[in-house]
This record gives sequence, structure tokens and C-alpha cells, in this order.
Amino acid sequence: MNLFDVLLLTPLIVGAIMTFMGHGRIAAALNIAASAVTLAVALGLAYQVLEHGAFTAHGQAFFLDAYNVFLVSLTAFVATTTAVFSAPYMLHEQAIGRVTAKRLRLYHAMYQLFVFGMYLGLTTNNLGVLWIALELATLATVLLVSLYRTPAAIAAAWKYFIVCGVGIALALFGTILIFSTSSEVLGHGNAALTWTLLYEQAGQLAPGVMTIAFMFLMVGYGTKVGLVPMHTWLPDAHGEGPTPISAVLSGLLLNVALYALVRCKALVDGATQGGLAGELMMGFGLLSLLVAALALHRQRDIKRLFSFSSIEHMGLMTLAFGIGTPLANFAGLLHMTVHSLVKSGIFFTVGHAAQAMGTQQMINIRGLVRHHPGIGWGLLIGTVAIAGFPPFGVFTSEFLLFTAALHTHPWTVVLLLLGLVLAFAGLFRHVQPMAFGTPPEQVNAVRVNMLPVYLHFGLALWLGLAIPGFLADWYQTAATLLQGAGR
Amino acid sequence: MNLWLWNLAEALLMVGLAPLATAVVKRFKARLQNRRGPPLLQSYRDLAKLFAKQPVLAEHASWVFRTAPYVIFAATALAAAIVPVILVAMPLTAAADVIALVALLALARFFTALAAMDVGTAFGGMGASREMTFAALTEPAMLMSIFVLSIAAHSTNMTAMIDTVLNSGLSLRPSLAFALAALVLVAIAETGRIPVDNPATHLELTMVHEAMILEYSGRYLALIEWANQIKLLLFATLLLNLFFPWGMAQTADAVSLLIAAASWLGKLLVLFVLLALFETWMAKMRIFRVPEYLGLAFLLAILGMLSHYILEVGV
Amino acid sequence: MRSELLQQWVVVAAAAMLLIMFALLAQRHMRALLRWFALQGVLLALTSALVAFVAGVPELYVSALLALLLKGMVLPWLLWRIVLRLGVHREVEPLVNISVTLLIGAALVLFAFYVSLPIEKLSQLVTRNTIAIALACVLLSMLMMITRRKAITQVVGFLAMENALFFTATAATYGMPLVVEMGVAFDVLIAALIFGLFFFHIHRTFDSLDLEHLEERQ
Repeated sequence: MNLFDVLLLTPLIVGAIMTFMGHGRIAAALNIAASAVTLAVALGLAYQVLEHGAFTAHGQAFFLDAYNVFLVSLTAFVATTTAVFSAPYMLHEQAIGRVTAKRLRLYHAMYQLFVFGMYLGLTTNNLGVLWIALELATLATVLLVSLYRTPAAIAAAWKYFIVCGVGIALALFGTILIFSTSSEVLGHGNAALTWTLLYEQAGQLAPGVMTIAFMFLMVGYGTKVGLVPMHTWLPDAHGEGPTPISAVLSGLLLNVALYALVRCKALVDGATQGGLAGELMMGFGLLSLLVAALALHRQRDIKRLFSFSSIEHMGLMTLAFGIGTPLANFAGLLHMTVHSLVKSGIFFTVGHAAQAMGTQQMINIRGLVRHHPGIGWGLLIGTVAIAGFPPFGVFTSEFLLFTAALHTHPWTVVLLLLGLVLAFAGLFRHVQPMAFGTPPEQVNAVRVNMLPVYLHFGLALWLGLAIPGFLADWYQTAATLLQGAGR
Repeated sequence: MNLWLWNLAEALLMVGLAPLATAVVKRFKARLQNRRGPPLLQSYRDLAKLFAKQPVLAEHASWVFRTAPYVIFAATALAAAIVPVILVAMPLTAAADVIALVALLALARFFTALAAMDVGTAFGGMGASREMTFAALTEPAMLMSIFVLSIAAHSTNMTAMIDTVLNSGLSLRPSLAFALAALVLVAIAETGRIPVDNPATHLELTMVHEAMILEYSGRYLALIEWANQIKLLLFATLLLNLFFPWGMAQTADAVSLLIAAASWLGKLLVLFVLLALFETWMAKMRIFRVPEYLGLAFLLAILGMLSHYILEVGV
Repeated sequence: MRSELLQQWVVVAAAAMLLIMFALLAQRHMRALLRWFALQGVLLALTSALVAFVAGVPELYVSALLALLLKGMVLPWLLWRIVLRLGVHREVEPLVNISVTLLIGAALVLFAFYVSLPIEKLSQLVTRNTIAIALACVLLSMLMMITRRKAITQVVGFLAMENALFFTATAATYGMPLVVEMGVAFDVLIAALIFGLFFFHIHRTFDSLDLEHLEERQ
């Protein structure tokens, strides 16, 4: 029983336990404890990769390399802080009657199962199991999005289910196509779906089939990433669920889906030696950036506002990975990290703000700085961070992305700038009155738990100012790995 | 020279046996409905009776009304002469292909419709409009379903098509299954059987073919009724010989001709039993549903074509 | 000889699969829809078993059995029970008229054929012709999901899409590795169960399973 097994088994077992006793205070504590344990394990595994390099576990079934180990640690970290955040938050929700004890059990059980799905997806070496893990993560969150059982929540959850279900079915078709060509090179068993083996043999896979397979994978996994035009489920699902779920969906699940897409791109690039995969990703990325930036202006619900911001940033990341040079890949990886941290921090703040004001409509949220200064300043700082201001990490990654784009595709820089400026304007025109306007009379008192928020923003700031050496090395290694074999 | 004689003999056989075929179907249906049904020669007696009677014409009937029955009968009889019945290779079949067949049937239908509208009655107009609507849908379906076979045979000549099926051995070919289903649906619509049209009704809401010929009497009616019976036998033979041609004579010697004739009669009997069963089991569809039914036939034919290209021809 | 038999049967099964997809698109009554869906499951099981027998992939026997039990029996029965329990109106209500839907379906089949041509050229398996049909079935099931107004028929479309993917895996690649097949089957089952749960939620909140109510929320 090694470290790796603990990583996967802990959430699974704890999730099973929670189905029976997930409703009391002890459940929240257990949630935090389980997440903390997995965080410790993840850090241990990261250390192992740091010292000894990439390794596989259970034969070739799982593997950890520079690309996924930092994602695993990030997932564990955000899951833990979200668990810390969600403890008092969900208790408050139960107190005001938005959730029942039975639904809290469901919430905690599904939370752990969702985290398990993400770990499985991140560490598996098998493309089929990757698909299964993503589907599992989707299924775990579907019921959570509709937790409040309001008409809007149920409608959002249904849309999420159907749109992501169709998307992921297309991704399965793409995976089957990859298998159809790889089984002729690597034999008919599990070896033909093993990523490390496929990566080595990428040159022997049929380019035509891989191209078509990538198109399906792009649309399929792209739906889960939230790229335009497959994004219609995202604002609804992220807007209607409980805040901790919005935080992990925006911060973590989108990352895992993008991770899956980029793994497949590395294979396709090795097989086709052409740029089609990258160009597709760039196109979708730019489209998402621009559409989301424009849509930000018209939002009325605060969670939907930040969901569109997630779409915009996923577009940026897809663009980065689409450009595909080591510098661009580095920017993309850094962006994945800081975006997770900042976005989940923002969602924590937003959740508290909505609780304090009793509504999610931005027109009714005013003057946060006056009566809840922690929330108000947190929201402002978060918005500043996510809009790309220095010295936060998002500025660094966007700057690196600009540089990379200027080297290879200069014309994209114009569109990039346009999108970023639009998004900046859209965010601030909404956030400024929320933070500084005149507060209404009726304000609920909430027990505010801002520690996770400051922790996240602090890390984002640190990453913006000075990236630690080992992290930069991981990004470097992953960036070169993702360029594809044979380049 | 011999072949021309055989062709003539086949044509006369088709024309002569047509009333018997209709009577057989009526008999089967009656048995299924627990009746005895009319005697088998009754259709001949009815035709003879009609020929003997003097026709009654409407006051405003023009030459179209008077000549239409002859044109209809001639076109249908000629169509019957084109279809290979016993021998696979016939001289007329070499001269006229499946498109000519459809054209002849269309000619007959065209004149029926003209005659129906000629006297200006409400029933005639109604029947003609319904018939033409259905025809607009059945013709493409019929052509498409037969084209599935022609593409396999690389020819629209019926002899070539039958030869291809005979020589290809017993393999399961889904495109043929689809084409057969489509042609069966089309045949039911073209010959005016249940569920598209009731051949025994005179209720105004349900008539299609009967409405068009309501004004006819005497020898005109006899010719039209006979043409209708020939059409039924024609479609039955077409279905059987294009999709189940085993038993047909490929050379004109006595033994194979006898076998071919016997197998044709046998297959016809089976088909008529099935037709009677089908007509008894189904109820007539409402008129507005018929375009959907015909759309289904067209779709099946397209599926047959697609399956042929995708599954059988391959890349 | 064996591979001849396999090719014949897979070709027939593919045509039958296509026919069943069109039949699903054209159905008016819920009960008939679920019967055709069950028939599709049985067809999948038979195809899987035959590929297992002829191509020598014994893992597919397990998949075949799973397909028969799950898709041929359990899922249709579950869905029918929900229809009865919730008193859903038994007519399928399409958004676009059925004839037009069928013609769009035929166009989709053509499109699928065009897309699959390069793939078929490169495959070595005897069953390569069926990739186009499998893709066509996936597209047709998506058409079904788009043009239906009731939640249950959308779910049947979703499950039909999973069936089409299973068929793709079986016919085009002689089945995926066992662990993947089991995982996918498990996922489908969970998804179906969650759908069932959802129907109750939707029904309780909106008092009907008509999706127009959900769409008004935009």
C-alpha cells in the first residue's frame, strides 16, 4: 500500500462513509480531514516526482509526471481550502433552510466522490479511464448543482447533464477512433490506450484518423472545458449550485478537462506533425475569450458574471496550449494554477456576499466595503487579480502568453488585448458599485471565513512575484513534453 | 423470332390472368373474414357483363373522356409486356427499361386524372387531386427503390437487374431488404390497396381511385377495371421477379419454361396470401397520413441506397 | 470463412441499427419507443457476442451479457415505470414534424459517410464499413435529443447515443479493453439512475416533464 493508493482510496472510502453520516458538524470536519490527508499525500507524491522524476504505478495503469503532479497538488489544495470554507457556509445554509440534512449527506458524499473522480482522471495512464473519470466527476456534480431544488437550479442541472453528456459522448467517439488506429500498432488490449506508450509511438499512428479523432475530442472535451460555442451549460451550472461547488467546478473541473484535451493534443501533434490541432485550439480559445468578454457586460447575477470570467480564462489557456511553443505552454500551465487559486477565492467571497445580501442579483448588492469590509476588499482584490493586474500571477501568465503569441502568431495579440480590455471593463463596471455603492438597510450578519480567500490570493501574489525554482522546472519539463514527440 | 412470340404469349398471359389474380385475392380475404367469397371466374363474368352493356356518358364529356379508357388499358398492357415474367431475357425488356415502365404507368394515371376532371363532378376532382398527390410521392420512392438494384447491376434494364440478383448467390444484403420494403409500400399505394385506399369502398371520404372512375360505365368501365387488375398482377410480378427471381427461365427450352411458370404461379399465390392477410390485419389510414407513409417508403429506399454505398461497395 | 460470416452479420447488424435509429426518430408512442430501444439493446448484445465468437475476443461476451441485461431489459423497464408513475402523456411530442426529421436524418447519414471515408480507408478490420453507420447513428441520436420536447424522450435519445457508441466500439475496433467497457457501462447505468431521479425532481417542481418549462428560465 503505497502513497499513491492512499491518494485514490481516501476520497472513495470517506465518500462512502458520508452517505450515511454526512449531515452533522462531524461530517464537515471529516470532509476537511479527508481533504487534508489527500493534500499531504499529494505533496508527498510531488516530492517524489521532484526527487526521482516521473514514475508509473500499478504496472502502467497510473503515472505521475511533471505535467499532472502539480495539478494533483493544486486539486488537493483547493479541495482542502474549499472544504474549510464550506464547513460554516453549508451550516449557515442549513440554518436558513436552503438545504436539508439528507441533502447535506448527499453533498458531502458527492464532494468526496467528485474529488476522487478528478484524481483518477489526473493520474490515470489510460485514455479510456480518463474518459470514465471525467464522466464520473460530471455525474457527481450534477446532483449537487440542483441541490437547492429551485426551478432555476433544476433547469441548470438538466442543461448541464444533457449538454455535457452529449459532449462527453463525442469525446468517447474520438477515443474509440484513437483506439481503432492505435490497436493496429500496439495490439488490441490496454496497451493501445496507454498514454505513455502512445506518446512514444505517436509517429506510427495514422494521421488522418488522429486528425478526425482530435476534432471529436476537441468538441467533446471542449464542452467540459466550457469553450464557446459549447459553453451554454456553464453559467447556469456554476451560477445555481452552492458556492463551494461553484468554486471547485470553476477552479478544478475545468482544469482537468483542459488537461485531458492537452494530453490528446500531444498525441495528435506527434502523429500528424502538422499544426491542425493547435490551430483548432487557438480558434476556440480566441472565440471563447471574445464572446465571454462581451457577455460579461450583460450579466445581472454575480455568480454568472464570474462564470463567464472562467470561460474567458479557459479560452486564454486553450489559446496558450494551442500556440504550443514551450513558452506558451509554460504560460498556460502557470495560468491554470493561478486561475484556480484566484477564481475559487473569488467564489468564496461571492458566496459570502450573496449570503450577506440575501440575493445573487448584482443590482441589489451594494456597499460591501462599508458593512463587511473583509468581503468587500476581498472581492475587489480578487477582481483585480483575475483581470490581470500586476503583481498577481495572472498578469505574469498573460504577459508570457503575449510574448509567445508575438513570436509565432502576431495577429492574435490584437484580439488578445481587445478581449482582455473588454473583460476588464466588464468586470469592473459591475464590481465597483458592489464594493463601494451605498449599502441597503437590510443586511444579514454572516460569520465570514476569509482565511481561505487570503490564502489563495496570497499564493497567487507569490506566484506572480517569484515562482519557486522547482515549480518553474516542472512547468519547463511539462512545456517541452507537451510539444509532442518528434519535434 | 421465337422470343418475340414468347413475349407476346407472356403479355397475353398477364392480361388474361389479371382478373383471376384479383379474384384469388378477394377469395382469400373473404375466407379470412369467415365468408365464402365470390367464385374465381366471377371477375371474368363481371368484365363480360360490362362489355355487353351500353355506356352512359355525361352531357359535357369530351373526347378525353371517351379515349382515356383505351389509352389506360393500352399503356398498362404494354407495361405488363415489358416486365419479364417467365423468361429473364425478353426483346421488349431490352427495348424499354424500368424508367419506361414507370413512365407508362404515369401515362395511364395521367389520363385517368384527366378523365376524372373532364366531366366536372366533385368526386372526380377530389379523386384526381388525391391520386396526383400520392403519385408525386410514390414515383420517386419507386424509382429510388428500383435504382438500388440498378446500381448493383450498373443498368436500368430489368433483365440485367434480374441477372445480377440471380448470379450473386445467397448473401444477406441489407440494401436489398430496404429496397424490397420500400417497393412493397409503394406497390400497396400504387395498386390502391388497404391501408392507402380501399378497393371495395364507395364512401366519399375514403375513395381515391374509385372516385376517379365513378362516372364510367359499360365497356369503358370494363377496360379501366381490367387495367387496374393488370396493374396489381404487374406489381406483384415485378416485386417477385426483381427480388426473388430464383426459378425464372434463362433459356427458352421447355423444361425451364415449365419450371419458371410453376414457380411464378407458386410465388404469386404466396404473395397473394400475404396481401390478403395484410389487408385484413390493417385498417385504412386517414388520408393525411398517407404522405407520411409514402415518405417512409422514400426514406427506406434512400436507406437502401446508402447501405449499398456504405456497407456493400465499401471504399 | 469465419470472417466472411462476421462481415455479413456485422453489415446486416449495422443496417438494422440504422433502421432502428430511424424508427426511434419516427415513433409517436412512448411504449413503442421503449420497445424499439429494448430491441436495439438486444441487437447490440447479439453483435457483441458474434464478434466475440468470430474474432476471438472473449471479453466481449461479458459486454454482450451486460448489454442484454442493462440495455435490453433493465433500462427500458425502468423508463416505462417512470412514465407510468409520473403519468406522463404517452405521446411523443416532436418539435419538428416527423417527416422533416426523417429527411434531416437521411442528410446526416450522408454527412457521416463523408466524414468517415478517410477512416475507412485506413482500417484493416473486416468490419471497417460500419464506422460510417456508427457515426450516423450517433448523429441521429443527437438529432433525436434536439427535436424532442419531453424530458423522457431526450433521455432515450441520450441512451441511444450510448448504444451507438457501444456499437462503434464493437464493430469498428472489436471492442475496447474490458476495464474501459465495464467503466463505460457502469457510467451509463449511473447516468440513467440519475436521470430517473431527475425526472422526479422536475416533475415535483414543474408538474410536468415538458421541457418548455425548463427553457423559460433563460
